[in-house]
Amino acid sequence: MVRYLIRRLLLAAPVVVGILLITFLIKAAVPTDAVTAMYQGQMSEKDAAQAITALRAKFHLDLPWHQQLLIYGRDLLHGELGESIRLRRPVVDEIGYRYVNTILLTGAALLIALVVGVTTGVVAAARRNTWLDITATTVGLFGISMPAFFFGLLLILVFSVWLRLLPVVPHGPIAILLPALSLGLIEAAPISRVTRTSMIDVLRRDYIRAARARGVGEVALILRHGLPNALLVVLTVVGLQIGNLLGGAFIVETIFSWHGIGELAVNAIKWRDFTLTQAIILISALSYLLINLAVDVLYAWLDPRVEIET
Amino acid sequence: MSQIANDAEEPLGASGWSRLVSRFFENRSAAAGGAILALLIVCAAGATLIAPHDPLAINPVMRLRPPGLQHWFGTDEVGRDLFSRIVYGSRYFLLICLVAASISATAGTLLGLIAGAGSALADGIVMRLMDVMLAFPYILLVLVVVAILGPSLWTGMIAVGVAGIPGYARVVRSAVFSVRHEDYVESARVLGASGAQIMFGTVLPNVLSPLIIYLSFATPLAALLASALSFAGLGAQPPAPEWGAMLVNSRTYLFSAWWAVAAPGTALFVSIFGLNLLGNGLRDVLDPRS
Repeated sequence: MVRYLIRRLLLAAPVVVGILLITFLIKAAVPTDAVTAMYQGQMSEKDAAQAITALRAKFHLDLPWHQQLLIYGRDLLHGELGESIRLRRPVVDEIGYRYVNTILLTGAALLIALVVGVTTGVVAAARRNTWLDITATTVGLFGISMPAFFFGLLLILVFSVWLRLLPVVPHGPIAILLPALSLGLIEAAPISRVTRTSMIDVLRRDYIRAARARGVGEVALILRHGLPNALLVVLTVVGLQIGNLLGGAFIVETIFSWHGIGELAVNAIKWRDFTLTQAIILISALSYLLINLAVDVLYAWLDPRVEIET
Repeated sequence: MSQIANDAEEPLGASGWSRLVSRFFENRSAAAGGAILALLIVCAAGATLIAPHDPLAINPVMRLRPPGLQHWFGTDEVGRDLFSRIVYGSRYFLLICLVAASISATAGTLLGLIAGAGSALADGIVMRLMDVMLAFPYILLVLVVVAILGPSLWTGMIAVGVAGIPGYARVVRSAVFSVRHEDYVESARVLGASGAQIMFGTVLPNVLSPLIIYLSFATPLAALLASALSFAGLGAQPPAPEWGAMLVNSRTYLFSAWWAVAAPGTALFVSIFGLNLLGNGLRDVLDPRS
């Protein structure tokens, strides 16, 4: 197990370097030079020129790119993410609480996606080729075709405007309900699909037939003997699903004014605030990497064959 | 590999293609998806004839009117006719699909061929690069490219296209791996075909079927993402009648004018649903195992 973990960590190292290089590109390739864009038309030309020179020096935009890269790497090693150009304060201050909010939203959405996806997948597999199965498959196709932001607006329309079940701008714990539903229900579609396929495959196995021959009831057969084995396959796609949820959060947060890093990232890109954009993308990519690592290790722990094969 | 490759004794002449085509039309999912796509193409090509109003014409007197005889889908917050805007929006939708899919499919196929049929070194370099791109969740990768190029309709399309490259590269590479030691590739080599001839003349036609299947799944996803970009204000910009961008302003009026949100949202959903149906049908036709 420890050897497997070390191997995986070593494999992740070059990817981390790649992530750093790509996020660095965000700064190096800013075409209009964020600093210039910011001061356009805001003060007299002479003052502006001075301010721009000072700011360019501050963000090292006046240095050749390879020196900028070295400085970027050095700062990151010191845990220094820089100062937001627009907000004029360390990006860490702004990202901190928003990161927690995005994790909360992604976690709640994942819970919904797993519960709904696995349940419908199991039911569809157990009642294969019945109207239940066909309905689940069709709804699933709806799910993968539905833009999360439109679905979110529909939920607001139905629950807040027509049914008046929720306040338009909810406060407190209930505020997470609609954004988590609009992300989670859509992501339930692919999970349901994988669960169904994997469950059908498992139900064909010899040990299921043996259990059935022993007189195990149909429900126990599916839940106790089938499901744990089917879930193993589902776990392999969970990492990918979390990536989708994290990405989807970037759009959904805007609709529901959920103050997460996604909402901030969209604004940072519009502001051309490259330090902020860089930091958010870096943190999200590293989180995604860690999640995938955790899922892989969990998988190897649950299914020892993986460890032996690699 | 595919139906085409399996039927070795039955060369894929005119009859083979017509068999594929007839199987395609017998498939209900494919036919329904094809019908939706055809409707989109008709709308895009004949927008000037079909749309009763100018999609950009502002009419403050007629703002936020509900759907009715004069304005089938109602009007938006500045009195523009929603039906006309939806019809014109099909042009953006198809353009986005075409541009994004062309970028990812062309670059991805080339990289996949190089990785699959080239030297081990080339394979290593290409695939490590793809691994790094895949270390980002799809939307995040799109945002990286948008952040570098700056937000606009074109950079949005390019970003979605670039972010799709690694997926295609992987699919093509593994398909090339599965055919590159087949007899017909070996015999082409023995007959003295050059590397490029083998790559494009012999290998490429035989990896087309997994490539098309992947294309049919990746394109609706790309369209979804591009519209999400526009919705976030990072792609097509208002007042362009792009469906995602149309939702940017109308969502403020969700409480008084639901139709201004429902019309572009439904158009988007139905179009992507159509592409997915088409993809499901194509997979059934091209891949007999499923």
